[in-house]
Amino acid sequence: MSFVIPKNLEAELDELATHYPVKRSASLMFLHALQEHFGFISNDAAEWTAGKLGLQPIHVYELITFYPMFRQEPIGRTQVKVCRTLSCALAGAAGIREHFCRKLGLDPHAHVPQTTPDGRFTVEFVECLAACGSAPVVLVNESLHECVGKGQADEILARGK
Amino acid sequence: MDSNHDKQIQSLLCYRYTIGQCGTGEKIERKSIESSIAMPQELKLILKHADEPGYGPDIGCYLKHGGYETLKKALKAPGRELPDGKKLSAQEAFRGDVRTSGLRGRGGAGFSAGLKWSFVDRSSGKPIYLICNADESEPGTFKDRQILHKDPHQLIEGMVLSCWANDVKLAYIYIRGEFPEGARLLNRALAEAREKEFLGKNILGTGYDLEIWVHRGAGAYICGEETGLIESLEGKRAYPRIKPPYFPAVLGLYLCPTIVNNVETLCHVKHIAAMGPAEFARLGTPNNTGTRIVSLSGDVQHPGYFEVEVGKVTIGELIFHENFGRGLKPGRQLKAVIPGGSSSKVLKAGEVFSLKRKGADGQMIPVDVPMLDLPYDFDSLQSAGTMSGSGAVIVMDDSRSMVDALANLAEFYAHESCGQCTPCREGALWMAKGLHRLTHGGGRKEDAAYLTHIAQNIQGRTICAFGEAAAWPVLSFVEKFWEEFQARGEADAAARTEAGSGANSNLKPYSYA
Repeated sequence: MSFVIPKNLEAELDELATHYPVKRSASLMFLHALQEHFGFISNDAAEWTAGKLGLQPIHVYELITFYPMFRQEPIGRTQVKVCRTLSCALAGAAGIREHFCRKLGLDPHAHVPQTTPDGRFTVEFVECLAACGSAPVVLVNESLHECVGKGQADEILARGK
Repeated sequence: MDSNHDKQIQSLLCYRYTIGQCGTGEKIERKSIESSIAMPQELKLILKHADEPGYGPDIGCYLKHGGYETLKKALKAPGRELPDGKKLSAQEAFRGDVRTSGLRGRGGAGFSAGLKWSFVDRSSGKPIYLICNADESEPGTFKDRQILHKDPHQLIEGMVLSCWANDVKLAYIYIRGEFPEGARLLNRALAEAREKEFLGKNILGTGYDLEIWVHRGAGAYICGEETGLIESLEGKRAYPRIKPPYFPAVLGLYLCPTIVNNVETLCHVKHIAAMGPAEFARLGTPNNTGTRIVSLSGDVQHPGYFEVEVGKVTIGELIFHENFGRGLKPGRQLKAVIPGGSSSKVLKAGEVFSLKRKGADGQMIPVDVPMLDLPYDFDSLQSAGTMSGSGAVIVMDDSRSMVDALANLAEFYAHESCGQCTPCREGALWMAKGLHRLTHGGGRKEDAAYLTHIAQNIQGRTICAFGEAAAWPVLSFVEKFWEEFQARGEADAAARTEAGSGANSNLKPYSYA
């Protein structure tokens, strides 16, 4: 396996594993850390995790394919998650998502995550982000944007990496 | 105002709110004494400081506001002797206090927190775990977010107290993956608490050891279900466990006795310790004690979160009162209210419920209560055939289509079903597909009955309550707005007949990944 993991990340993961009396429990936290570092979870990363935690690879793959936040392919540098659930929908979330898509030349009707060809943006609909009082909300990488109108959507795109 | 009146109000407030002040600086204030009698308003216990300018999530700020004083006092408390001569340890006594406070779980089920603690198997010899459920993801709910982001130390203090009372040495905060900032803040707060000896080995020199770790979810709603959460914390898919035998209090995390409590519930534990159970129980209404944070969203002028005494404010006041929702958008009429998160059954404007109330002679008599006059508490909403669930109120006005709203929710449940039980996995998807058809020009006359039929075959036939959560919105929306569903299907069918085709060739297939 040509998979190389930086020493400091491995140390961080070793420390995380000590939080649990049963090592398998650390797998979600491992996958978060690996995804954060590499941008996605490669097969090599999944199998490395399995080896590290004394699991079979399937025990890791079944997590990656179950939990929506994990991905097996790289995505855009700026990830735009538009909440689609009821309160945001009532506040016009569908229009905001469409606005992002049109501005970026993506299919405004496709429901699945879409990435721009230059690898800058990924736009997707996600379920309730628990900020319904300031709908519609958009999670851009790790920061939450509230009461998002088209103007604010344009600013998000302008600031995108 | 005349001073006599002023005095009257103050003495009333004294009676209700200040007697129970204890030495920890815990003080309850109304926003304005003057208006407290006439107006329904917030009473901030948990969110007392959260939104004050300059109040931050760091330990210095928390300590400055009397933070961890309750913990210090509780850990030093002696045991208690009961009138019958029975001696209780300090922990036993506090567990009893939580029970007599009447605290009910704020996560959704509204189950007595003290009773839940009392189910813990303390004789197995296995370690007891406590998990804070911070997987806030019931659509409409955004209350735990406020605590996690603005006052994480309050949660930690509540957790340490709860862990101490239950002999827990290792606890976790399971926070949803979409709260990365919350996870960071919690990790920092835990490190600060360790440094000050509120956490770790030999807490405050008492010999009590406790460690709390943050564990992040990864976008699955089902992790909010306590046994699903436990599976997820064990590093597996969040497939809920069947009860019996897997009651967390007996066979929870690593098949050890486990307590799973919501963020808000654990914060209340701190306030019960600070105020005493009797004083806590004086807040709210009988069997619905304390305060709770209501998340208000949808078609109101002023959406937001409001901490109120349970049952002291009605649904109508939450929507229309100046201190809360401030009414609907101009020119709009109320159509429907989802009272306790998207899984609760919808309430229709104008509905009247027959509730049992205590009459003058002490007998329970049935009283007609219009929907807007329902007190926002656990029992009244249950009597009205729904639930206050996670405390999330979603308001819809007459510009909204109930068919579209339900289609949105059905899509949520189809996406979030964990897939373990066939009726839920398939049924949730069928309902979403049926509603997709109905909202995209492909409806049929029989769709309203079809949706009800599927929902009825899901509820009660699944391992966990997700089956009901997915079925109840469909059952209640279709039943209460039958004509609207029927009309949509008939209109589509008529349009097809006119066009001379049996099926709608323009209808895009349901494609939610």
